Amino acid sequence: MHPVKTIALSVALAATAGLAQADETLDAVKSKGFVQCGVSQGLPGFSNPDDQGNWTGLDVDFCRAMAAAIFNDADAVKYTPLSAKVRFTALTSGEIDVLARNTTWTMSRDADFGEFIGVNYYDGQGFMVPTNLGVSSAVELDGAAVCTNTGTTTELNVADYFRANGLNYTVVAFEKADEVVAAYDAGRCDVYTTDRSGLAAQRTKLSKPDDHVVLPEIISKEPLGPLVRHGDSQWADVGRWTLNCMINAEEAGINMENVSDMATSNDPNIKRILGTDGDLGAKIGLDNAFCANVVAAVGNYGESYDRNVGPETALKLERGVNALWSQGGLLYAAPQR
Amino acid sequence: MANNSNKTALAAPAPSFWRDPDKRAIVYQALVLAFIVWLLYSIINNTATNMESRGLASGFGFLTSSAGFGIISTPFVPYTEDSSYFTVFLVGLVNTIIIAFVGCVLALVLGFVVGISRLSSNWLIKKIATFYIELFRNIPLLLQILFWYSAVLKPLPGPRELHEAGETVYFSINNRGLIFAEPMGQEGFQYVWYAFFAAIVVSWLIRKWAYARQMQTGEQFPNFLVSLGLIVGAPLITYFVMGRPLEFMPAEMSRFALRGGVTIIPEFVALLLALVIYTAAFIAEIVRAGIQSVSHGQTEAASALGIKPTHRMRLVVVPQAMRVIVPPLTSQFLNLTKNSSLATAIAYPDLFSVFAGTTLNQTGQAVEIMAMTLAVYLTLSLLTSAFMNWYNSSIKLVER
Ligand SMILES: N[C@@H](CCC(=O)N[C@@H](CS)C(=O)NCC(=O)O)C(=O)O
Repeated sequence: MHPVKTIALSVALAATAGLAQADETLDAVKSKGFVQCGVSQGLPGFSNPDDQGNWTGLDVDFCRAMAAAIFNDADAVKYTPLSAKVRFTALTSGEIDVLARNTTWTMSRDADFGEFIGVNYYDGQGFMVPTNLGVSSAVELDGAAVCTNTGTTTELNVADYFRANGLNYTVVAFEKADEVVAAYDAGRCDVYTTDRSGLAAQRTKLSKPDDHVVLPEIISKEPLGPLVRHGDSQWADVGRWTLNCMINAEEAGINMENVSDMATSNDPNIKRILGTDGDLGAKIGLDNAFCANVVAAVGNYGESYDRNVGPETALKLERGVNALWSQGGLLYAAPQR
Repeated sequence: MANNSNKTALAAPAPSFWRDPDKRAIVYQALVLAFIVWLLYSIINNTATNMESRGLASGFGFLTSSAGFGIISTPFVPYTEDSSYFTVFLVGLVNTIIIAFVGCVLALVLGFVVGISRLSSNWLIKKIATFYIELFRNIPLLLQILFWYSAVLKPLPGPRELHEAGETVYFSINNRGLIFAEPMGQEGFQYVWYAFFAAIVVSWLIRKWAYARQMQTGEQFPNFLVSLGLIVGAPLITYFVMGRPLEFMPAEMSRFALRGGVTIIPEFVALLLALVIYTAAFIAEIVRAGIQSVSHGQTEAASALGIKPTHRMRLVVVPQAMRVIVPPLTSQFLNLTKNSSLATAIAYPDLFSVFAGTTLNQTGQAVEIMAMTLAVYLTLSLLTSAFMNWYNSSIKLVER
């Protein structure tokens, strides 16, 4: 009888405790002193722990930026590594405050699981094959076995693509990305499919990365972005304006190095971004200098991009559509005014 | 207990309400019951309120929406990406039942062999059995699953290394699985089935007759051999008489892999190996304990009566040991069934992976899906228990 009671009681308690957290996330985060951030289980360039267990990546930078915006301390983050399959449950159940895990913004996810606060990487799904397969286009893949992750848009897109093109395929879907890499490397599948950024990242884990090619087709739109729980618009604003801040800072030419000098700038736009003029930060419950703190700690969007996924990194991803709108890309943040 | 208090009631004046253990017990039980009811109510109420406040939709309507994703292996259930989430549920259910059933049978056989070897008088066999048990019992199952998966995949060649495009293939083992030609019954094949079932019935009748005869005359009849001959022979003869009404549809090599035929996927093989080897280690210990629980006097008495050593084990020791073996064996079967949900690590599409995993992730109907999944595991467990209890009572000591 005893264990049953204990379990039942803790379930009941958990259910009630969850309720108290649904609103006012910002206050709860401030009082516990850190942001609980859901990330991947290890995707180089996006969220990946190094040998010492320090997390790095584009998504991790977003978590750190939120911590900098709230606490002026980018290290005030705790990470929860999540598989694609369980990530939304972790968010809706209140286990994490924000999910920054290369997650595609789709209508059903927006309706079912949480509020997307923007896009931090514009992506699309692609295919990778061993070079010796001699395939140069995805339409040649009739009858192939395809490895991918469960619980992803990837799994759905690949089904759509093969059916739409009248091609046969077998899908082998794993929960963990590392299992996908291992199975593909062992020849279980002819094709590895996921977001193209993911292909670039996972390729670095293959035994012979140079023996594989990414096919030219991009079969879907994958706007990747962070999301928060529904029903707390203040917390959503904190996330949204942290991301916008990083993009606006790049556009205004504010970076890690010059951010303290910029504080004396007379440019009204820069003054508003850095909070030396006006009270924009206070309106969403933050310090007016929140954006200055973000840039000082993690840099602007471009710096974060170059450091984590850019051409100088192992992923070697060109800015492409992820350049600023003023440079031919899609990044266009609402102004801070 | 009731008797006791009645007696005291007669001897002494009736105790006050709180001193009467019977009445006190009723009060306590009522309190516990009330507490549980309250607990259940608050859990359900809380869940409902929380779900509403988070805008989580509830209901089973999602089961009819189309799933949209592919599943690697869907035996017995016709499935395409257009099928509903309910079909996904059925696919997962069938895959879970297959792995659990085959796993339990094989684990039982292997467990018995190892358990008996552990008591062997041959030093080497005994040590090997002991080593096996200690090794596999103590390595986490998930690790074993991942180990077997790569052990199955790594050494096998790819289909392209074995076959040319366009080749027809009747049998192949490669890293896409074990692939063989699909047997298709033609007109007249149903008679082979009839012969098979008839043979089973006849064998059963023979067994009854032989038993009765042995009781009366003491004469033995080679039951097992005759039944085996019947059950294999009758369908085989019918098959040839009917003009071999079975066609084998081979697989064909496409540019990448074999298409058609029957495929047993490596994920199934790896999961099965891991579950069987792991569970058999526990079953072996149970079997050993059961056999050791039978007093040595039984063996000695059997030898004194001149019973052959093989018969001594089969007819004297094992039947008595079964009474000790069956109850813990049941829980090993249940463990194996539940452990099969670790399949999700290696892409075997069991219920937990495709329904409580992918479907949950796509629909967000956590409460409904978890309830359905739990109900399935609970039902499977109850069915296994019920069967084992029935078996247990059928072998228990008949007291005269
Ligand atoms: N963007 C897609 C796919 C996301 C996804 O899970 N991708 C895999 C493969 S790139 C991944 O991140 N794996 C890392 C991990 O599982 O930790 C989605 O949101 O569904």
